[in-house]
Amino acid sequence: MFEVCADPKAIEGLTWAACYLTSAKHVDFYWSFLTVLLLLAITAPAALGMGFMGATVARSHVLPLSLLGRTYIWMVRGVPDIIFFLFFVIALDQGLEYIKNLFVCDGGAWPWQGLEFRVCPEAKVPLAKSSAFWHQAYGFMLAVVTFAIVFGAFVANVIYGAMNAVPRAQLETAEAYGMSRAQVFRRILVPQMWVYALPGLGNLWMILIKATPLLFLLGVKDIVYYARELGGSKTQAYEYPHGDWRLWYFLGLLVFYLVFTRISEIGITRLTRKLSHGQATAGGEALRKAAA
Amino acid sequence: MSMTCWETVQAYGLRSIGIGENLLPKSDFTICQQFTLIGSGLIWNLYFGVLALTFGFFLANAIALARNARNPMIRKPAEWFVFVFRGSPLFIQFFLAYEALVLLPKGGIDILGIHLNTSWTTRAWAGALLVLFLNTAAYSAEIFHGALKSIPKGDLEAAEAYGLTGWKKFIRIEWPTMLRLGWPAYTNEAIFLFHATTLVYFSGFPAFAQKGDALYYANYFADKTFNPFIPYPIVAFYFILLTLIVTFIYGRVNRHLNRHLPANTRSRIRLRPQLIR
Repeated sequence: MFEVCADPKAIEGLTWAACYLTSAKHVDFYWSFLTVLLLLAITAPAALGMGFMGATVARSHVLPLSLLGRTYIWMVRGVPDIIFFLFFVIALDQGLEYIKNLFVCDGGAWPWQGLEFRVCPEAKVPLAKSSAFWHQAYGFMLAVVTFAIVFGAFVANVIYGAMNAVPRAQLETAEAYGMSRAQVFRRILVPQMWVYALPGLGNLWMILIKATPLLFLLGVKDIVYYARELGGSKTQAYEYPHGDWRLWYFLGLLVFYLVFTRISEIGITRLTRKLSHGQATAGGEALRKAAA
Repeated sequence: MSMTCWETVQAYGLRSIGIGENLLPKSDFTICQQFTLIGSGLIWNLYFGVLALTFGFFLANAIALARNARNPMIRKPAEWFVFVFRGSPLFIQFFLAYEALVLLPKGGIDILGIHLNTSWTTRAWAGALLVLFLNTAAYSAEIFHGALKSIPKGDLEAAEAYGLTGWKKFIRIEWPTMLRLGWPAYTNEAIFLFHATTLVYFSGFPAFAQKGDALYYANYFADKTFNPFIPYPIVAFYFILLTLIVTFIYGRVNRHLNRHLPANTRSRIRLRPQLIR
């Protein structure tokens, strides 16, 4: 990257460390932190949307719809989430290829043949000739969808509970004013629900942060992947030979997560205070008393 | 060569702890094989879960008390312990612990003339158990600490009015009430600790001679057959069963802890999500 770093074997001390930490591979490592943040930035709203839909459907007055919503909520309970992660990534991939196979392959044969999953080369997603970038992007997309499905169920559970926690009297008053069911939902239930949902959602956000290293299991080149790659001992054949430093790299990741969760915790506390303003809860009452 | 299902159970039922057939099935996979091997792997999930919870319970009590201490020399370390283990992913904790344990001198350590062998610490049965033990202790300590804080003031005043102070007040009033208030949340912790045991063989700790847990074998079958639709639902089935058993056992304890209360004021156990740590 820099002039001085042209011959790493000839330098030492601080210069060596500076050159080492700015090598091309390390820059990739730093970018992979953005991968984690990107995953969070996409997954959190997606899961919130899935969860909101799930909770609304579970509250439906139409029995099959309500059963569907409840099954979705109950789906992720009782079963370790990592199983869903391992399952959905393959299942989604095979599902996509199966559907594509129906359209682009001749005959569209049943692909699960004995010990193989076989579709014609044109039906592969992404195509074998695509660049490495597309393979990575596809893996990342599968991970996002999987995270959104699994966390959506957890969010749905929280929101379902929060909707039930809004005092009945509030809704009945709205009905007495002649609001339709949709109006009550939109104007009364949803705005009041958030303060009840926030503790649960905050908890889920922390859990989501701590779930991001699982990207590694899904085959995405994330921070865990690079920590293992870069930390592993390097012989003299490498530009920057060193012993087994994986411990230090993982220590770095640990600190990253600790700082991240701590900041989130502070943010959530502030948000709770803000949302409690003017609410008919103990928190809201405390704020009112403090102001008076 | 095809086996009957009973023969398969005899060959692979204890495969995960090294008893029975040495080679895993390589072709002609049957549902029976998948059920047997994945079930065999469940032995490890039980091993990690039961031992970590048992030891963790005691450490959690100690840490909850330490967090409540007035002396900052005792309180601060406990707070940091809980913060580090609750604030970082279990997955990273496993990796970190493995790398740290690998760095222990291979030949062993000599302390006070006693030779300590260290190679076993990098094995999953010891290293991963240690991480799970510390992790569950931190999460449970937070639960018990919260419960300790929410003991009704009236209960404590009543205890003092009866002349109970110090250790006696703690062991007769505070501790049982803490357990009772914290128990529903602690039940969730137990369930999700069992779930967390599935991470062990995906996080640095190698499985020797293909002796792994339920998810390890499910993953093996999914890789070999390219069909995730059979092995993963099987593990899911086993874990739903395990969850029901844990809920039942902890429910019995909960009933015992609440036995003195009128039926309508007893705390019920509700499943709350606590995904990956």
